[in-house]
Parts: sequence; structure tokens; C-alpha cells
Amino acid sequence: MTELTDITGPAAPGAPVAFPQDRTCPYHPPAGYTPLRDGRPLSRVTLYDGREVWLVTAQTTARALLADPRLSTERRRPGFPVPTPRFEAGRDRKVALLGVDDPEHQRQRRMLIPSFTVKRATALRPWIQRIVDELLDAMIVQGPPAELVSAFALPVPSMVICGLLGVPYADHEFFEEQSRRLLRGPTGADTIAARDRLEEYLGGLIDAKAKESEPGDGILDDLVHQRLRPGELDRADVVSLAIILLVAGHETTANMISLGTFTLLQHPERLAELRADPALLPAVVEELMRMLSIAEGMQRVALEDIEIAGSTIRAGDGVLFSTSVINRDTSVYDDPDALDFQRPDRHHLAFGFGFHQCLGQNLARAELEIALGSLLTRLPGLRLAAPAEDIPFKPGDTIQGMLELPVTW
Amino acid sequence: MDIDIDIDTDVCIGAGQCALAAPNVFTQDDDGYSAILPGREDGADDPMVREAARACPVSAITVRERTG
Repeated sequence: MTELTDITGPAAPGAPVAFPQDRTCPYHPPAGYTPLRDGRPLSRVTLYDGREVWLVTAQTTARALLADPRLSTERRRPGFPVPTPRFEAGRDRKVALLGVDDPEHQRQRRMLIPSFTVKRATALRPWIQRIVDELLDAMIVQGPPAELVSAFALPVPSMVICGLLGVPYADHEFFEEQSRRLLRGPTGADTIAARDRLEEYLGGLIDAKAKESEPGDGILDDLVHQRLRPGELDRADVVSLAIILLVAGHETTANMISLGTFTLLQHPERLAELRADPALLPAVVEELMRMLSIAEGMQRVALEDIEIAGSTIRAGDGVLFSTSVINRDTSVYDDPDALDFQRPDRHHLAFGFGFHQCLGQNLARAELEIALGSLLTRLPGLRLAAPAEDIPFKPGDTIQGMLELPVTW
Repeated sequence: MDIDIDIDTDVCIGAGQCALAAPNVFTQDDDGYSAILPGREDGADDPMVREAARACPVSAITVRERTG
């Protein structure tokens, strides 16, 4: 992370702020973003290579732009803003869903919507509860202390997405490691190699599924038998969708469980409020989503000139969205830095907005409610097993979360 | 007050925000698209209908007060 550290020093007055920056506290935006929180809807920021791009920081502007088809999410387009050098090398690779515009994106998404509806997530709750209970049983048998990321935060969503996709959980160490390298490198070569290995692994799995006369009931089985066989999707499409679903399905939720737990433990009064009224759980999950904003810096490039909020975004300009600042917009939230489960407005943008809003959000909500709720109920004495300031968390150029979370009870 | 709810399923992305915000009025059909529960076409006086429209990430839901 030396590249990042080198550019995150204090900026000269009036100079564009560097983006992204590392957080100082894992659940607050970086201190260096303070100049971006002065009410301006969008600002110029500098990327690691000195290039200036737009950073959207107001909620109204973000909602309008994320729903605007004049902004593209295709990485190959000239001017697409790359937040970290390690993602430059992979820009020519096809990325399903979040890397394609409509109408191709819509075609891909529509094949998957039925698997991620509110109803479907509700129907999965008893199964998710069993997964969570078994992991907590194992932690309790083992006895304190525990490292919560590896014992709980990562296995919960990893087991859930494996079950849903039809990927054998026995291979979890392999794909969790490749997923980590894909998102966090540290080098561009790591990112490319991780994608190659995931493509090889999931391609092999898809080929094996195509040979089965009795299809399994996973999403990948459905894609192979209902879309690949009739020729609606080619093999590369299915592999690309499988990578996105597998990686997005476990990385984001794992980070929300670890950072959500850390944040609650750092707010004992709010934790007591939740323990006294478990019905608050859905509101707690939404407020944690807003406050933690783990998916920071969504990226787009303008296809045409766009007049917005008194500024002109020119065709070819890069546009980034600071979820952490947008979700603390003072025109929307009173006392936005406070963890408050009683907020009336919950329209946060932690799942994004517009055509690409998170496909798995209803599943994520179910997983988070069950995981956090059960963790706190089964381990009433849960507390950190190390000083909070010594616990490592992720750098600013990837999905935010805890690297480790030592706990005891 | 009677209202008319219009869902544009050509733009719906099946995020389920409507079914989450106003579950007494909205649901998702078998393809995952937004749909109105039978008998709730008038919004059932649910104040959350407008919240559901605002929560929709692609503005697929239009709520209009019925005139006349």
C-alpha cells in the first residue's frame, strides 16, 4: 500500500483531495475526506496517478447520476477511473453485471432476479439460521477467545453463497484466497492470476455440471441447463457471472459482519439498546450499512456531457461516488456521524443505486440480521480481545472491513 | 385518498425495494419483477407506497392521485 500512503498526506489548501484514502477509524470516512464534506454535491479529486476525476458526495446528485444511462460502468472505455494501479492490468477483462451497461447488463440481471427476491431471501432464512447456529456451536465448544473473521464472519456468507450457487464449500479455502487476491492484490499480477485461477476453477465446475444428466438445484446449475445449453449464454458468460456472484456474495457480507460487530462493540449504549429490543435488528442492519459504507468509490465514465448540480461533467470524464460521504450527507441525516437506530430515513446508498444496485441486497440483509442477531444472543458477554486501536482493518482502496477481529466472551 | 400506482416492468431491475418498503401493497412476481398484491391496486391507504416509489433505484414506480 505504499503508493496509497505516499499520496494521502495533507493536501495543500484548495488542492484536490486524494482518493481513495485509508480510513483512520474503520467505521468513519477517512479524516482526509473532511474537505469533501462541506456540502458541495461533487468535487474534483486526484487518483493515485495524479489524474483528476469527479467525486460525487451528495445523495440527491448521486441518485440522479447512478440512474443516468449517460454514465457507463464498462472498464474498457477510455477515461474509466481506476482507483488503484493493480486494477489497470485487468481492464480488458470481461466483468459480468457490474462491468456491463444495458441492454447486456439487463439481459444478464434478469436471468438472476428470481434467485434474489425478498420472498426468496425470506424462504432461505431457516437454512441461513442453521448455518449460523452450527458455526456458533463450534465457537462455543472451542471456547474463547476466537478470531471472528475466520471463525464466523467469512464462513457464514461463504457457506450461503456456495449453497445457493452449487459450488462445493470444500473448496472454500481456494476461492476465498483467490477472491482476496482479486480484490486486494497486492499487485496487479496477483489480481490477474487470481482471476485466471477462478476462471479455471469455475469453468471446470461448469463443464462438470453440463455433463450431469440430473441437474443440481444451484444457480449455476440453472444457468448451465437453462441458458448455456440452449445457447442463450456462452461458457465465458457463465464463468464471468459465476465469478461475480461468488466473490460479491461472500466478501461484502463477511466485511459487514466483522466491521458491524466491531462497531456495535465500540458503541455499548447502542448495543444495550439492541439487546433490550431485538425487534430493532432490521433497523440496526440498515444503520450499520449506512454508517459503514463498505463499498466505497463506485466507478463510472461519462459517455456524453452531463449538466448536474451546477457543474458540467464532460464526455470521457471519470466519475466516482464516495458512498461513505454520500451516506453522511447532512441535508439528509441529522448528526450523520452518530450510530442511531431510530432514524426515520433509511434511503442509504450502501447497496448503490440505479440499474446496478446490489442484486444480492435482500440476501445480504437476511444474512446480516441472522448473523449479528444470533452472535449477540448466543454470546452475551462478547467483547474485543485486544485494544480496539490495535485491531487491523482493510486499506482504503478495497472493500472496507476488519482484517482480523479477536474476540472473547 | 385514492391513488393510481403504475409499475414499468420494462425498467424494473427486481431489487425488491418496493416489496421491502411497502410489503402490504407490493410484491415480486415469479420473474422477480415488482407487482401489486391483488386488491391493493389503490394503495390500500398505505403511507409507505410513496416511500416504495422513492426507494426504487430505477424510478419504475409512479404514484398518482386519482382525479375526479
